[in-house]
Amino acid sequence: MVAALAAAIGFLAVQRLAPSANVAEPVPIGGPFRLTSEAGKPITDADLLGKPFALYFGFTRCPDVCPTSMADVAVLLQRLGPLAADFRVYFVSVDPERDTAALLAEYTDAFDPRIVGLTGTPDEIAAIAKVYRAYYRKVPTSQGDYTMDHTATIYLMDAQGRFAATIAYQEAADTALAKLRRLLGPE
Amino acid sequence: MKFIKIAAAALVAASCIAGVALAHGYKIGALEIGHPWTRATAPGAKVGAGYMKIKNTGTETDRLIAGSSAIAGHVEIHEMAMTNGVMIMREVKGGIEIPAGATVELKPGGYHVMFMDLTGQIKEGEKVKGTLRFEKAGSIEVEFAAEKIGAGSMNHSGHDAAKKP
Ligand SMILES: [Cu+2]
Repeated sequence: MVAALAAAIGFLAVQRLAPSANVAEPVPIGGPFRLTSEAGKPITDADLLGKPFALYFGFTRCPDVCPTSMADVAVLLQRLGPLAADFRVYFVSVDPERDTAALLAEYTDAFDPRIVGLTGTPDEIAAIAKVYRAYYRKVPTSQGDYTMDHTATIYLMDAQGRFAATIAYQEAADTALAKLRRLLGPE
Repeated sequence: MKFIKIAAAALVAASCIAGVALAHGYKIGALEIGHPWTRATAPGAKVGAGYMKIKNTGTETDRLIAGSSAIAGHVEIHEMAMTNGVMIMREVKGGIEIPAGATVELKPGGYHVMFMDLTGQIKEGEKVKGTLRFEKAGSIEVEFAAEKIGAGSMNHSGHDAAKKP
């Protein structure tokens, strides 16, 4: 049941999400955005220029993929040591209805203070998902609740805000670490 | 070098023993429920997932149809999958089928009982009480052992089953 659905969504996602196709040449992923940081302040892509960064789409009511991915990121940041002192990982909520700035701050800091929650209006979230070719969709559950399907890839972006690489869900830690070292290391 | 290998082997052995010691299980009717576990949650997170193995030693198919827990507003039975980098999650309508003679595992990346609207944070080392309801075997109270927040992920060795080969 889920498998058939996964196939259908996968097809859709492949079209929208180039990184999963492991494309080596530069692809237009990333770009302008306007959001609200976990501190409740406006933040745009221009604010991130000058330093490489990582970006992840998720939501705090994600039971499995988001917390394990962020726990993985926290371990990677530790293993990078001083190299990652100024590195930031942005956790963009695909559930802005529930994920307020304050809630995201509390949530992301539980993993590592360098993981920064970003939220916004539904339009702002749709806009950043579009430039990052990320997929997300709200799915109602039977008891009046809902959950979110979403791209669970970590995007690595260079100091000019250009797409550099991705880290897939549960990618081997050493491979992920090598990608981060390449991103953060001296030119 | 040899010392390192021996030390590593000893570590592996020690963690295996710890794993056995930590395992707990339940029986209801023809069903055996092995080591229900969950993860510690981040503050602010309003959901959690419960995992376990369910073995049906009987001759009839049973189904895990519902659950409840004092720590959750409500509990749903879910299935998730990762496809092309997208996580999708759905409620399992009609519950999870446990065929006669089969063992079904609820594990990260697949079936789970989902604790919705958590009333508080789940802390590592806690035992989260919950009730599982099966179509034929009936209801049983179990305890979910709360492991660390990222248990089952790439850097942690919480559960072998959760790791990719
Ligand atoms: Cu779920």
